[in-house]
Amino acid sequence: MDHDARPGAQYGRVVADDERQRSRWADFPLAMAMLAPSAVVLGLFVLYPLGRAVWLGQQRCNNFGGNCRSQGFGQYADIFRSTEFQNALVVTAKFALLTVPLGLVLGVGLAVLADKHLRGIGVFRAIFSSTVATSVAVASLMWLFLLQPSVGVLANVEWFNSLFPSVKDPGWLQDPGTALTAVAMSSVWGGLGFTFILVTAGLQGIPAEYHEAAAVDGAGGVRRFWSVTLPMLGPTLLFVVIVLTTRAFQAFGEVDLLTDGGPRPQDSTTTLAYFIYGQNSPIKGDVGLQAGSAVLLFVLLLALSLLQLRMIGRRVHYA
Amino acid sequence: MPDDRTTAVLDDDAAPGTPTDALVDDQLVENPVPDSFDDPRGWRRVGRYTLLGIVAFVVLFPVYTTVIASLKPGNKVLQNPLVPDAFTLDVLADAWSTGRLGRYLFNSIVVAIVITLFQVVTSVLSAYAFAILDFPGKNVLFLAFIATLLVPIEATLVVNFDTVDGLGWVNTYQGLAVPFLATAFGTFLIRQVFLTLPRDLRDAAAIDGVGHLGFLRHVAIPLVRPTLGALALFAFLGSWNQYLWPNLVVNEADMNTVQSGLRVLSKGNVDEPNLVMAGTVIAAIPVAVVLLVFQRQLVRGLTAGAVKG
Repeated sequence: MDHDARPGAQYGRVVADDERQRSRWADFPLAMAMLAPSAVVLGLFVLYPLGRAVWLGQQRCNNFGGNCRSQGFGQYADIFRSTEFQNALVVTAKFALLTVPLGLVLGVGLAVLADKHLRGIGVFRAIFSSTVATSVAVASLMWLFLLQPSVGVLANVEWFNSLFPSVKDPGWLQDPGTALTAVAMSSVWGGLGFTFILVTAGLQGIPAEYHEAAAVDGAGGVRRFWSVTLPMLGPTLLFVVIVLTTRAFQAFGEVDLLTDGGPRPQDSTTTLAYFIYGQNSPIKGDVGLQAGSAVLLFVLLLALSLLQLRMIGRRVHYA
Repeated sequence: MPDDRTTAVLDDDAAPGTPTDALVDDQLVENPVPDSFDDPRGWRRVGRYTLLGIVAFVVLFPVYTTVIASLKPGNKVLQNPLVPDAFTLDVLADAWSTGRLGRYLFNSIVVAIVITLFQVVTSVLSAYAFAILDFPGKNVLFLAFIATLLVPIEATLVVNFDTVDGLGWVNTYQGLAVPFLATAFGTFLIRQVFLTLPRDLRDAAAIDGVGHLGFLRHVAIPLVRPTLGALALFAFLGSWNQYLWPNLVVNEADMNTVQSGLRVLSKGNVDEPNLVMAGTVIAAIPVAVVLLVFQRQLVRGLTAGAVKG
């Protein structure tokens, strides 16, 4: 973080130290007044609830959120080790492994495909970025309509149905073996526009001379992609991976609308976020367990981001 | 200031490559760069268009089936789901009125506008304090602001619901909007631009007797206007796309936002996919329009975090 640590008198009169101290205090009331609105909101709705959640996480309540008792901070370990949390953790990890690489590869593929000087390419670019306009709810409902076994599109298209009978019976969202993949497809589709726009911007930031130089040296399209395009995209791809991973670990809407965390009893699509806030979650209403799980999710996300920055960041080449 | 190449991503002929063409024509006639290099010709060009067309079809397929379904009467929806062989606007009208999408849209717009206005104002104020002013405790406060960026919304909602409930704000616009009236993201984004203002500018203004508020209003804000546009768009979209929070804080049909309203529509009408799809179409149109109008701000905002490292 390139924090601003410039000397105090930067914007005041340049004077002796003691007067500089005084001028620092001179701006203090104005600074507080300007910071107050943001500080109140962030303090009251981000920092305080986080702190309180850490405290609540060691409490056990009845199913209506009342009558809470302290259990000690060992409850965090208990939550983490519980079968339900472990299941949600595994489901979430699988979901991330399904959505992040696929979303990245498809996004880069689309961007490279559209990064050509062709008449009308703007139309294709608009189409490829269009899913950025869909909210999670919109994207999920579109896919729900595609995938539902009885009143869905694919189940009612004759040739598709005979090619893949499982789309009607039991239905891809209803089969424990395919449900998570089906939810992941919806999620990847919804995120495609975002990745496409970012990677396209990254591609356009690569100086044309690099490609020309490589071409003059006899590098073909494939070679240029691996040796020029990908390395130059490094920072963009790192950012995309971090955002996609974070999103995967927060996936809620698509699960809520497509599967409700089912099929049961395996809870094949109960992600961590659904485990905490879902309608059919086993800990619904227990504020202590919810807060505890939420804090664990926070720690997990923090660790993941740091890990990605360190592992991938080291190999990324910032031009 | 992001350069124009980043902001022109969606523009038709703004792709890089003009210099390449000149190079190919003038200097490399003996050793031509392969056709596919930047401007495919002949069969390669046909192939490229074919590929683009197929991929575009696949990407748009869910949208296509949704639109078709929203324009068909209920008894025809599942007969030929891929073919637009019947047409009616009744289902869209039905989703708008009995499906309450009109009301949900109104709620979403109110909440999104309030959140956007407040986020822009609070971000500009706190960014100015962090970038231009100097005061004791600045570093600690700035770290506290940045720390809030690391907190996922899931970790705060359990307690935020209690807070909002305690204030009597369940099923109200305040309940939907107030927790999101300020963001560290906005503060950080605007601060980065304020930091590029030359200090001579502030000094000159001070000598002329211009106070901080005058300087902010007449010099600083006009200079960050493009960034403010990006921030406003992101605040609007962020608010519009909220799913988890409205589901928690609204349990009265009339107070639903578009997103939580779609959930109600979907869960309550499992057997009427065309009604749900009509609701989906209505819900998607405003954002599509906003994004068409504000393409540049979108790209600028998205790339602010990525391309510049």
